[in-house]
Amino acid sequence: MTRTRLIDPKGWIFLAALAAFCAIVPLLNLVIPEGSGLHLPTYLVSLFGKYLAFALLALSLDLVWGYCGILSLGHGAFFGLGGYAMGMYLMRQIGPRGVYGNPVLPDFMVFLNYKELPWYWLGFDHFAFAALMVLAVPGLLAFVFGWLAFRSRVTGVYLSIITQAMTFALMLAFFRNDMGLGGNNGLTDFKDILGFPVQAQGTRVALFVATGIALALGYLVARFMTVSAYGKILIAVRDAESRTRFLGYRPEHYKTLAFTVSAMMAGVAGALYVPQVGIINPGEFAPTNSIEAVIWVAVGGRGTLVGAALGAVIVNYAKTVLTGAMPDAWLFALGALFVVVTLFMPKGIVGSLIERFGSRRARAKLPPEPEIAPKLAEEGQG
Amino acid sequence: MSGTDLLEPVRHDASVGPATKKRVTDALLYLDDLKVTFDGYRALRGLSLTLDRGEMRAIIGPNGAGKTTMMDCITGKTRPDTGTALFDGTFDLTKLDEPAIADLGIGRKFQKPTVFESHTVADNILLALKGPRSGVASLFGWRNRVEAERIDALLTKVGLIAHRGRPAADLSHGQKQWLEIGMLLAQDPKLLLVDEPVAGMTDAETAETATLLREIARDHAVIVVEHDMHFVRALQCRVTCLHEGAVLAEGSIDAVSADPKVVEVYLGR
Repeated sequence: MTRTRLIDPKGWIFLAALAAFCAIVPLLNLVIPEGSGLHLPTYLVSLFGKYLAFALLALSLDLVWGYCGILSLGHGAFFGLGGYAMGMYLMRQIGPRGVYGNPVLPDFMVFLNYKELPWYWLGFDHFAFAALMVLAVPGLLAFVFGWLAFRSRVTGVYLSIITQAMTFALMLAFFRNDMGLGGNNGLTDFKDILGFPVQAQGTRVALFVATGIALALGYLVARFMTVSAYGKILIAVRDAESRTRFLGYRPEHYKTLAFTVSAMMAGVAGALYVPQVGIINPGEFAPTNSIEAVIWVAVGGRGTLVGAALGAVIVNYAKTVLTGAMPDAWLFALGALFVVVTLFMPKGIVGSLIERFGSRRARAKLPPEPEIAPKLAEEGQG
Repeated sequence: MSGTDLLEPVRHDASVGPATKKRVTDALLYLDDLKVTFDGYRALRGLSLTLDRGEMRAIIGPNGAGKTTMMDCITGKTRPDTGTALFDGTFDLTKLDEPAIADLGIGRKFQKPTVFESHTVADNILLALKGPRSGVASLFGWRNRVEAERIDALLTKVGLIAHRGRPAADLSHGQKQWLEIGMLLAQDPKLLLVDEPVAGMTDAETAETATLLREIARDHAVIVVEHDMHFVRALQCRVTCLHEGAVLAEGSIDAVSADPKVVEVYLGR
């Protein structure tokens, strides 16, 4: 059979580069003494860790957008939910060390006159439970949301709009103090993770490496899905959904499964992001965050997995540099980037490379470019 | 069929869908008094037709006669307003959706060839191969371990073996038609619905397609919709002429083409 290998040359390059990055960064931070010019400050380790978490988010988005045609404008919701699950665990680790010194209730609950811990906080004392919730909560939301939307055959721009509405609704909900999740301040002031101080250099390096490993695993999972017969059907659904029905496939099952796995990956990304930045608040649900993630994927090249991860790192690096130099210019730069990529490099960085150097077969697999102009022309004729 | 679970196990043909209590007809396909209205336009006005097991039938008729609408009703794309559509004498097609009907063993080739352009020719066949259709089955199941020979045998049959590794997008129009017929064969349905298989084909290709369909008809029931009368004649099967959403005439090709009503509305003088 014309089977595609699980790890192709581009995958090997990606995994090797990731491994090298995960080896060199700790080395420069831990081994090289602080006085040396080669020393990497700890804050940069966490910054890089944040990039890798974003790369995992981008990867998860590419799985549904690039391979299944689901343009989710709400992936930040899954990222945020994973982040909140981790944040709740980290809050429980504070114990009596909060400002108010309450042994049971986190500071914000004392402040808001909570008498006892809400039921949904139970279990978050345990890392294993929190880790399960990191996967289960985004996964369940995606499953229910996806099942309802895909079964009703909601596709295209309408689907994008409701995913956007979903994350917006979550943002509004999490802003409320009654949610018992810290309202607009969110969850912060973390102390320990698995018994190690969150702020410590060693913990930060470990979190960075853990994010790198999660990204590699996420890549392998996405790759396994997309090269299997399942992935082929997913691409078939992306390109000719109704045709797959007449072959006896149920596109809604395929999409729901991909959407759920993707949401779980995004949840893991959020969970790894939170301890590295030290806070999670409802701002993570802001629609703009989800849209930014779409831009990362578009820049890197959708339907390539590696490109999505690369796009996330490149755009976020540019964001760090630009917001440092000219804070006001960033949004304009981001907008311009999206326009330029859409117009001049519609396949993104990695997609363009495949177009240029890849085999005919690899090129054919790339998702079709959005056809706005031809569609309008057709409508004009009709 | 409300498939509530992604982890749904293998569905067996016979267990699918609401089936009436007992077999009410021996015909493989039984359509009775089907009526379909689109925005006031009556596409089908009481269409009745039966197809025996293993029979090949050609459907002719002018544009707007209801040929494609009839296929849409059989495959679950369109729900008829009234009427009966039974498959195998037991399955009520008006109550099932497209995947459930495909699962029963009804395959369809569209008027405009629709193959999966991003995939190779071989992968198009792979995805069509009869077998479990659930997500989990395709993630881990046998479809990942199909022997090349099985696919190659089908590609040889439809004359596309030399193109097995090419993306389907690169095929010519006629080759796409054949690939779609190959996909139908891979599905191994009990009934094949073939909509205008020779549109855009050269005479030589048309003749080859007729041979191919006759061969397929040896162990499958086939309904072919076609305008090309030479092709229909080459199929050597019963012919049904539709007109304004109902059957106008039925019989051998000679009888139908000599029927004055058919001559008037369709063949012309």
